[in-house]
Order: sequence, then structure tokens, then C-alpha cells
Amino acid sequence: MCRLALKTSNETFSPYEVLTAMEAMKEGYDGSGLGLLLRGIEFEDFKYNPRFPILSGIAHTEKAWQHLTSYMEDRGYELKYDHRYHMGPNLIEAEDRFRYFLRAYRMPERFRDKSTEERGEEMMKTRLALRKIGEENNDLTIFSFWPDVVMIKEVGWPMQIGDALCLHDGQIKSRVCMAQGRQNTNYGINLYACHPFFIQGIATMTNGENTAFVPIKEWLVGKKYPGYVGYHSDSEVFAHILHYTLKQLKLPLEAYKHIITPLSTAELDKHPQGDFLKGLRDVCRRLIIDGPNAVIGTLPDETCLLVMDQKKLRPAIVGGHEGTWAIASEICGVDAMIPDRDPTLDFQPMREHTVIVPPDRKELTIWSQHDPFPLPQAA
Amino acid sequence: MVSTRSISVTPGSLTYSDLPWIIEHREDRCTLCGQCTSVCPKESIHLSHMRQRVPKLDVFSKKRGSNYRNFTGIRQRTTKANSCIGCGMCSMVCPNDAIIAVPGTNENRTLFFENQKGEPNKRGGRRNIQGRTLLDQIIFNRISMLTDPALDAGRHEFSLTTTLGRVLSPEDYLDRKINGGWIPPTREIFPFVIGSMSFGALSPNMWLGLLQGVAYCNEVLGIPVVMCTGEGGCPPWVLRSPYLKYIILQIASGYFGWDEIIRAIPEMQCDPAAIEIKYGQGAKPGDGGLLMWYKVSKLIARLRGVPEGVDLPSPPVHQTLYSIEESVMKMIQTLSTAFNHKVPVYPKISASTSAKSVLNNLVRNPYAAGLMIDGIDGGTGAAYNVSLDATGHPIASCIRECYLDLAAQGMQNEIPIFAAGGIGKNGNVAQNGMALIMLGASGVHIGKYIMQATAGCLGNEKNRCNVCNVGICPKGITSQNPKLYRRLDPDLVAERVADTFMSIRTEVKKIMAPLGRSQSLPIGMSDALGIADKDVAERLEIKYVC
Repeated sequence: MCRLALKTSNETFSPYEVLTAMEAMKEGYDGSGLGLLLRGIEFEDFKYNPRFPILSGIAHTEKAWQHLTSYMEDRGYELKYDHRYHMGPNLIEAEDRFRYFLRAYRMPERFRDKSTEERGEEMMKTRLALRKIGEENNDLTIFSFWPDVVMIKEVGWPMQIGDALCLHDGQIKSRVCMAQGRQNTNYGINLYACHPFFIQGIATMTNGENTAFVPIKEWLVGKKYPGYVGYHSDSEVFAHILHYTLKQLKLPLEAYKHIITPLSTAELDKHPQGDFLKGLRDVCRRLIIDGPNAVIGTLPDETCLLVMDQKKLRPAIVGGHEGTWAIASEICGVDAMIPDRDPTLDFQPMREHTVIVPPDRKELTIWSQHDPFPLPQAA
Repeated sequence: MVSTRSISVTPGSLTYSDLPWIIEHREDRCTLCGQCTSVCPKESIHLSHMRQRVPKLDVFSKKRGSNYRNFTGIRQRTTKANSCIGCGMCSMVCPNDAIIAVPGTNENRTLFFENQKGEPNKRGGRRNIQGRTLLDQIIFNRISMLTDPALDAGRHEFSLTTTLGRVLSPEDYLDRKINGGWIPPTREIFPFVIGSMSFGALSPNMWLGLLQGVAYCNEVLGIPVVMCTGEGGCPPWVLRSPYLKYIILQIASGYFGWDEIIRAIPEMQCDPAAIEIKYGQGAKPGDGGLLMWYKVSKLIARLRGVPEGVDLPSPPVHQTLYSIEESVMKMIQTLSTAFNHKVPVYPKISASTSAKSVLNNLVRNPYAAGLMIDGIDGGTGAAYNVSLDATGHPIASCIRECYLDLAAQGMQNEIPIFAAGGIGKNGNVAQNGMALIMLGASGVHIGKYIMQATAGCLGNEKNRCNVCNVGICPKGITSQNPKLYRRLDPDLVAERVADTFMSIRTEVKKIMAPLGRSQSLPIGMSDALGIADKDVAERLEIKYVC
């Protein structure tokens, strides 16, 4: 089972802190990979404007690197910042790594007055176009292209990858950091298959196995939404379902749990919005997840969430104090990230819970599926 | 050499070894009680007087001679009309194990005479193909081993229901909720449905036993089983009872029974589970129901609104069938309106290479609640042998194609496809059904298996019995003759229905648990399927394993 760690804090911190938590939980992974996602970015040598989308990825060859830079120029993006990691390349196991990049861009002129949705679509299309270019020769991997989001994925032991990219030197700090410590083991090994998964600012990571993967994937692919591609891992659909819930259906975050693990008919019969929720379950039946999973997610506004599978077959715990919270798959992970909290206030969600850390990080919201559903106009 | 005229040999003469079933009778055990001859539905055996030579050799007198003994014993008739059907009722009633019907191992010459008076062979049952079916060969092989604690089929909670009814897209659902639009009715049902067998094809005892069992499954066991009536309506008291909610009413091209149904609508206590419009049947595509006069009893005549004792061949097509678009659209909408748009209405068709075009037509019809596809291995109470054996399309590839077609349109949650035809042919009902579900069916209909499992139907693919069409069912399952159907105790049928569905439920869990599935029925989970046949694997887009 893979290990998960998330820390969110009002003050920026180094991703190395989260890697330390991964180290504490290291019994649970096999050095097959690390995925990191940072939000609320602060660079040591650049005053970053959080409106600028950041392109994260790996150019495996110089040619691909040139291809990337010229493509972005042609599409009208103006480079504002090009981050250079202080590398320790001998610590990286893979050999075809020409360059890890984080590049902040200004959107093309034509998007200046466009709505947030349109800008979001453009960023996603750009990411997908670059990904497609990279897939032609397998020489370019694109993780994310979104304002205030940085992603790193690599094969190897988490701590070693952190050392290789010198993540401890304070060059990059963030207010939110998600880390997952194992490559995909259910399907083929592939850099894209490493958690967290990302689409339009929405990211999730999971420890477990989604056994309903294929029917869910087929349904999402059938939606013909350009971003619903990839699926190198069975867990990628969690991010896409969250995206579908929030962006396509425009439902509140609480609906996510009702979609992936709906209550039974007997439970919904007693629920104040049972009629609406039964209907929602029917129409979203193909999105019901299965198998053991704890899903940890983050949203563009820095909201963090944790939900369990319907049987709570995977561990996950949340702890912390006002201003700083941590979610991890093991208690020792939370201990490593926030040692100065009151551990008696830690919370392990049950099958019906969604734990939400709101952007103000004052206190946790523990929302139960049996609670009245914050209704959209629909119900 | 005797002249041919002196012995009675005609072109149609048969002898015992020509018959498909041969009666073996042990005279030394027979007490001449006569039970076998009286139970035999074909009057194939009769008591007859026979003479036996008893050789007698008197050594001292050096005279040779014979004595003769007259005795009464059982003889098998060799005429076509009375040839043994292998039902085995004789041995079932024999107190002394003195008689048994065994399959003839000689070539079956009776086949050449199945055309008496120019009428081709008609029978009940299903396609006489023996051996493992394709569905039997599909295995479930995506076992969650490395990353997953296995589920416990005995203790964990499983959600095993499926949705019958049109499901909106999530976007459309929310839009209609906001704007007060019509939300199509759906039912949450157990994915194994008792397929359409009419009140008429089935005896009253069988039919009521099934209904009683279904009610028990729903109300006591919590298994939401539903059953389909088939064409021919439903007893008037059932229409006005709370059990109607477990019943899918079928309307077919003869519209039999619908006068009663329409009259009962204002008095119904609840809505039926659904309405099935039968356009075709897997066992006999291009043929309607063939209820023969033998089975049109007083009760059946009353339910169907016809005179007693007349043949009731339903036309192969609906009278409104000008084109599939028009007919399907019109009928579905009419029936949906008749039940106030509160009951799912879906068509049933024979599996066919053209099934996809029907499906695509339904996708565009907002009232269509699903599609039921019946494959060539489906059973029937009466059909021409040639239809049963050689007409139709196997279910697996038809379902798979239709599902993938819906998936390509992103509609696979919206029109549930139900599959039927040969499920449980060799007894593997849960395995066969789950294979079809993982190929993309939302559920399956089982008819013949239910008759075999709950009432002891004797029919099999060796053409055993298979006389449902002529009303002489020796178990009383498909007969309208009270002397025969009183043999069947409805209470015992109901018990067997409960046994059967409890066992299917357990087996379904035993299939789902190792796959790591418990939250929803694994519809379309084709990654879990494998077969040791490359061509089939390629066609069905599942894994080839060996």
C-alpha cells in the first residue's frame, strides 16, 4: 500500500518537510516513485505573481526541450520565470532526464479579458498539446500547467529524489504540499501513472486500488471532455470525477462523496434529501468507486479534503492546529509533519465522512453523508 | 425370403433402436402396478400380453419341444406419435426400479419423420446444442491480490442491485431537477430477472408458485427479484394486488391479456415493475407466440379474451409496425402515457446483427427505458425446431457490441441493456449471468433455468421431454390440464424460488469479492474477464488467457 502525506499551512514551508513524513512512513513503499504537488508557491529568487501559470514537467532530451520552448512561444506565452533546480543528478536513477522544469508564463494577450473558465480551458489544452507532442517520441513529460501549482514526479526513493532536486534548500516553498510514495503498481510503470493526478487545478492522490476502474474510465472517456485522458493508473479517475463534480456538474464539494460512494437505499430513505440523492446516485452510478481507497485532494483555492472508500478499507488520519493541518496515511506521518499538535484531537474519518480543511485553515470541517446535503438550487 | 407384402413395413416404420429414447424394462422387478403407463405423457408404454417360449429338453425321452408361457409386461410403442421423449416419469413413479428410459445410441432416425402431415417439427425447450457454452468458458481473472485485502463474501456488505429504467445524464438530471422536468422512472432490482413466461405457457400452479416465491424474495429475503409475465396477461386479482410491483407486464404482437390489464389500471394498488414490449424472441426470431389449442383452457381463454380451445399464434410483427422507429416510438410512448409516465417501458428484441440499430433508435427516444436482447440459446414453450436450432444470434457478442457502442457515445449508464438466452444452460447461472454483466449487460433474464431449478423441468439439450408446446408437461409446469398441473405444488415452487435466488446471491458475491467489487454491480468490467480462445477474446475485447 502506498503512503500519502499532505501538509497545509498559512505559512509557506519546504516540501522537504513532507518528504520527512514520507521517510517516517517508508515501510509502506518500495522506492518505485514519488509524486509531489505544491500550491501557494514562493520562489527564493523570484517574486511570483500567482496569476502566472506554471508549467511543470521533464524534458528528456535537448531536442524536446527546444520543441517545448518554441511551442510555448508560438502559442503566445511569455516566459516570466524559468526555475533551475540545484541538481544532484547522480542521485536520480533514470538516465534520460535532460531537464526538470518549472516555468512561469504570462498568458497570451488574447486571453487578457477572457473569463476564468476560458483561461482554464486554454491552459488545459496547452498542457494536453504538449503532452501529445511528448508522447510522439516519449521525450517530454508534462505534469501540470496551472497558476500557483508545481508538480514533480520521478522514479526512486522519495528522500533521494528530494535530495537530487535539492528541495531542502528553500528555493521553493509552498502553503500546500501533497506527496505520494509509490508508483502505480496495478498497471504499467509510467511517470504519468504516479499520484497526485491533476486536472485544471484539481488534484487527488490515493492509497489503494480502484477495482471499478475500467467501467469508470470508459464512461469518462465517453464524455469526450478533452482533459479526460491518460488513465495510466486506476486512481486517475478520482481526480477526474472530482473535476466532473465541481466543474461540469457545478455541485458542492460534499457531492463528491455522494457520487463515489453513495449511501444505500435504506440509508437514503431516511435522509432529508434522499429523493435528490437517490436520483444523483442513479445518474452517477457509473462513477461509484470500489476497492480500498483513501482519497486526499486539493482544490485551486487551497481547500484540502480527505474521503474514505465505502468500507473504510484504507487508513488515513488528519491532525494539526489552527493554521496548519496534516493528512497522512499513518499517524507517524502526521507526527513528522506537525509534532507540536495535540494528538488527542487527531481524527480518523469513517466511511461516511468527508474531512475538509477550508482555505482559512481555522478548523476542520467533518461532514457526514448522513448530514443534510448543502443543496444546490437543483434539489 | 418372405415377400415384402407379408410384413408390415412402411416408409415410416421404426423400431426401438431408431428411437431417440429406449425404454429398458426389467420384467423380474415389475409388479404390474401400472403407474408408469398411467403417468407417461406420450402413452409410449403400454401393458401388453406377450408370449414367451420356455425351452424344454427331456433328455431321456429324446424328444425336443417347447412350452409357452403367457405373461403381461410393458412394451414401448414405436409409432412417431407415441415415441418416448425420455422424460423419465416412468422411472420416477416406479416403486421397484423396474423401468428407465435411456438415450438411443443409434442414429436417431425419427428425425426424418418429424414432418407428419407436412407439418415440421415443433417443440418447446431450447437449441439442442450440448456441451460447455461460450459463457461457461469465460473466467473471472482480475483477482485483487497485491494491493488489496480481499473482500469477504460472507460478511461484507454488497450492493447487488441494478437499475431498470432510463437514466438521465447527470447534467440533464440536475437541469430537470432545477426546472421541474420529468425524471424517468427507475427501479432498483436484482440483476437476475425471471424472464418472460406467459400465463398460458405456464400452468396456473407454476405461475403462482413463481409469484409467491418472488414475493418472498422481496419481502422476507430482501432480494428485489422481479418476474416478467410474457404475453398473455396476468390473473385479474394479481393486477389489483400489491404484488404487481414485482411484475413486468409484457405486451406482444397478439396483445393478449391487455383488455384485462387496461381495465384494471384504475384499480391498481401499485405500479407494475415495468412494461416489456416484445418485438422478438431469441428462440424463434420472426415468430410470435404459438399457444396451441391444447393449452387454451377456460381460464386462459378468459384472460386472453378469446374462445376456448383455439390456436393462438401471435403474429410475428406488431400490427403498428410500419417501421421500427415509428412502432417503437409510438408504442413506448403510448404505454408510458397509459401508466402516467411512472413505469419504465422497454422493448425486447431477438439478438441480431441489427440489434445496434434498434439500440441507437432507443437512445434518441426519451421514453425508452432499456433494451432487452434475447440470444439464440433462449428457451420457449413452442417454436419450430428449425427456428430454435438455427435462427438467431448468440448473446455474448451482441451484448458486447451494443455496450461498446453505447460506451463510445458516453451513454452506457443511460439505456440499460438486459441479456438473455442460454444463461444457466448447464447450471452455471451466476457465472453465466455475471459474465454477461461484465461484458456490459445491466442484468439478465432467466427462464428455462428457473423452470428447471424451481419446478424440476425435465427438458434438456438432448431433446429430453421438450413437449411444452402440446400441454402434456409431465411435471405440470407448462400444462393447462388440471390433472397434470395439480402435480405441481405452488408452495414447493415458491420454496425453490427462494433457494435459487439465495444461492445466486451468494455466488454473485463469491464472484465479485475476489475482483474487489462490492459497491456496485460490475457492469462492463471487462478487464476482469478472460477466455482460452483467441478469436473469442478478440471479438469480445477481453483477455486471452491460457
